[in-house]
Amino acid sequence: MMGKTIFIDPGRCIGCQACVSACRECDSHRGKSMIHLDYTEPGRSVASLPTVCMHCEDPVAPCAEVCPADAILVTADGVVQQADTTRCIGCANCVNACPFGVPKIDLQAKLQMKCNLCYDRTAYGLAPMCATVCPTGALFYGTLEELQAERPGVQVADSFAFGDVVVSTGVAMVVPADKVQWPVPGGLPVVEVNGVDVR
Amino acid sequence: MTAAPPSRPLPVDPSIAPPGTRNFRDAGGIPADQWHADQNGETLVPTHCCFCGVQCGMYLRVDRGGKVFGVEPRNHDINRMRLCPKGINAYQQVNHPDRLTAPLLRHSRDEPFREASWDEALDFTVSEIRRIQNRYGNDAFGLLGGASLFSEKTYLVGKFARVALKTRHVDYNGRLCMVSAAGANKLAFGIDRAGNPFSDILLTDCLLIAGSNVGECFPVMTQYLWGARDRGATLIVVDPRETAIARTADIHVALKPGTDSAFFNSVLHVVIKEEMDDESFVGAHATGWEEVRDKVAEYPPERAAEICGIPADQIVQVARAFGRADKAMAWHARGIEHHSQGVENCLSVINLCVATGNIGKPGAGYGTITGQGNGQGGREHGQKSDLLPGGRSIMNEEHRRQICAIWGIEESELPPAGTSMMEMVWQMQRREIRGLIGICNNPFVSLPNYAVVKDGYDATEFHAQFDFFLSETAANAHVVFPVTTWAEDEGVMANAEARVVKHNKAQEPPAGVRTDTWVICELARRLGAGAKFDFPGSREVFEELRIASAGTVNDYYGITYDRLDETGGIAWPCPTTDHPGTPRLFEDGRTYHPDAKIHMQVVEWHPPMDPYTSEYPLSLTTGRTVAHFLSGNQTRRLGALVEQTPRPWVEVHPSHGFRNGDPVRVVTRRGSEVFPALVTEAIRPDTVFIPYHWPVPTAANALTIDALDPRSKIPEYKVCAARIEPAERVDEVPAPPTAPGREAYPEAQVSRADPLPPTSPQGRGTAERG
Repeated sequence: MMGKTIFIDPGRCIGCQACVSACRECDSHRGKSMIHLDYTEPGRSVASLPTVCMHCEDPVAPCAEVCPADAILVTADGVVQQADTTRCIGCANCVNACPFGVPKIDLQAKLQMKCNLCYDRTAYGLAPMCATVCPTGALFYGTLEELQAERPGVQVADSFAFGDVVVSTGVAMVVPADKVQWPVPGGLPVVEVNGVDVR
Repeated sequence: MTAAPPSRPLPVDPSIAPPGTRNFRDAGGIPADQWHADQNGETLVPTHCCFCGVQCGMYLRVDRGGKVFGVEPRNHDINRMRLCPKGINAYQQVNHPDRLTAPLLRHSRDEPFREASWDEALDFTVSEIRRIQNRYGNDAFGLLGGASLFSEKTYLVGKFARVALKTRHVDYNGRLCMVSAAGANKLAFGIDRAGNPFSDILLTDCLLIAGSNVGECFPVMTQYLWGARDRGATLIVVDPRETAIARTADIHVALKPGTDSAFFNSVLHVVIKEEMDDESFVGAHATGWEEVRDKVAEYPPERAAEICGIPADQIVQVARAFGRADKAMAWHARGIEHHSQGVENCLSVINLCVATGNIGKPGAGYGTITGQGNGQGGREHGQKSDLLPGGRSIMNEEHRRQICAIWGIEESELPPAGTSMMEMVWQMQRREIRGLIGICNNPFVSLPNYAVVKDGYDATEFHAQFDFFLSETAANAHVVFPVTTWAEDEGVMANAEARVVKHNKAQEPPAGVRTDTWVICELARRLGAGAKFDFPGSREVFEELRIASAGTVNDYYGITYDRLDETGGIAWPCPTTDHPGTPRLFEDGRTYHPDAKIHMQVVEWHPPMDPYTSEYPLSLTTGRTVAHFLSGNQTRRLGALVEQTPRPWVEVHPSHGFRNGDPVRVVTRRGSEVFPALVTEAIRPDTVFIPYHWPVPTAANALTIDALDPRSKIPEYKVCAARIEPAERVDEVPAPPTAPGREAYPEAQVSRADPLPPTSPQGRGTAERG
């Protein structure tokens, strides 16, 4: 994981969508929210969790690797930027490549948009807008040491298994301290590709 | 785990920014002479949110042209940069296309509104007041204020009613909010406020949250709950629904609505039976203990379990968690206060805290979470029907004399106590109140039993409303005065901890808009009381308010605007200008009763006022959602919030056989409406829930009962008897009313196709592929 990064703690999330609203206020993509807020058990409980861009480190940024226009750039400190508007062709390769389902395509503008860790704020040493406002600390911005100082005994994961592929990320997820397992299951196993059972 | 990358030089050195801008580490306010614009011409004005009782600090971003255009988090002591979706989007009200910018006037409700000049609107209002009062007496004209007003304005509302209108009929919408807690606090402690600051929650070992969906109604307070949980505190949540905080609570007591006092009596029963009470504390500091002990003996867990519809051992668990904790705290909100036994419910919680010795210590105490931004301050300075400034009683000879001396009137001129908000509506129905001015409230959505409310308002001969959007209530008025939003004026509010915070003026009001203070003073002047209402602005009103509260329990005398700027907030009582304020009450072991003791009160549970029958077997309960605020007049027009929660729904348990989105007719003795079903296991099978922010035909309050608590006069919103049945199609959400000649802002238009929450937070016009 990166030095200063976002830690996502689903156990603290109350589904209020402050992060979603705050993301709209960010000056680099005002009016559009890049956060995905998912309800994990609709009909059973109000459990929810926010997903921001995980800023993949290894393999580095699958979205950038598949971009035919070299529009997605990765900064020296590991932040995967949103597509450069002068280069993006709106092909949605990145949408298909992202294991976390993060990038969005604005179909009207034919542009990709995604979380860039609020580069306009983090570059000045400020926290991203979502982690700044999150009322519960479900989104926390800082170093692992800062997180552990605030929440003693907290355990985090920064690698996720998608079938046989393990993805290490710059953003980390808080996991239950009594159920630590590496890597964290990162989505459902692939059972079918183009109608063919691949199990 | 990979190593941290080397830190990178910043593209721009933040140290070159002028002082006072982007200063994200300041804890208090910045004096106005130090608000500088940055290189882009942007100024950050420190203020607070206009919505709930947490009163989060925020900066409003003001552009070069002096217009508010955004929000920036502020590291204020209360919220430490955090904001909820309402707070983030609040700034969008300020320059919203639906803002009223000219007085609207009509001589009868059959005519459409027309825009009028300020002089015409004011003169017409004054002539109607005179006509009604000359013909039917002074008390035929009523005034209804609001708890979203700054304290200065609430003071003016009370003074205007009694000095200029000379009517006894003044009340405010806090009557619908937390007067049950106010009544209970006053009875038990002689002071009406929470006993402890939020920060004490971080020190507690056991936290009991009763009837409060903190995660949705006070989201920023959740950080304190989770902070307590991080330290290992036990979290107990009492709520018929499994809310976001109940989901991860150690004990979630999903009791049947309207049974709270039976539950708390039973918890106290177990505490006493298992000798977990603090006899020495009670003996030294409380009266009435024997009577309370005898009463709760009648509530063994088996009996309460049957009343509440919960397992009996859960009551024992709660009692042990609370009773054995070194430091325990109880916070409650509307869930236990909105009842015909609201005062008793709050008293039963207070009894539990007192019996276990959890009063007046760090991490131990009680509190009520105020719903409106100024829910606390709004009831302290005289807009409540029975109170005068400084929390004085209007029926107390001594108190009357003191206020008359400050106001410069004869005691014979000061009217007696009036009636509560709902009772005033009944009086309108009976033609006892024939004229009304409403200031920043929206009873057409927020009062129970809409049919009665509409009938009462329609019966008035004259009705004027102050608001900045045309609310459903204002659309029924004869005159609507366009007034300022919170960002266009300065003033103080007191939050749930009784911490007085100052809101600053971020921009000039739009052309044609005036402050509430100006309108009230102008009406007073035209009514011939101008000499007593010579207030250029909030500052001057606050000076009089300070003096009027000096020496009372609610002492604001030591609080000044300059001190608030320096400190970021002071908790009353604060008797002198060098007094630090009182964040935690009773640390010296003394209450505010003459005998300095806590007066424990006997609490007897009784069934809710709306009886269950085979025809109406279910409990209907109502509440709020995170995206909207109270009657929704401020939030149902903001695109992001409408998108988040476009319409109401009815929450039902899967056992009723409905699927998500099915049209469900909810029927009570007051009426019936059709909502889409939100099927979830997170609610009791015998309970249905509807959020109440919308007007008819999607109004929860068309179904609720207008039964009142006999002491606090709060309506019983939280429980009435209902049944549900399948229906053909859901009722449409109407667009918010707008001024003549204006279309409703498209962002506020909701279509039938709009999804049910929880929705994916995908922006409109944005689609995903993949």
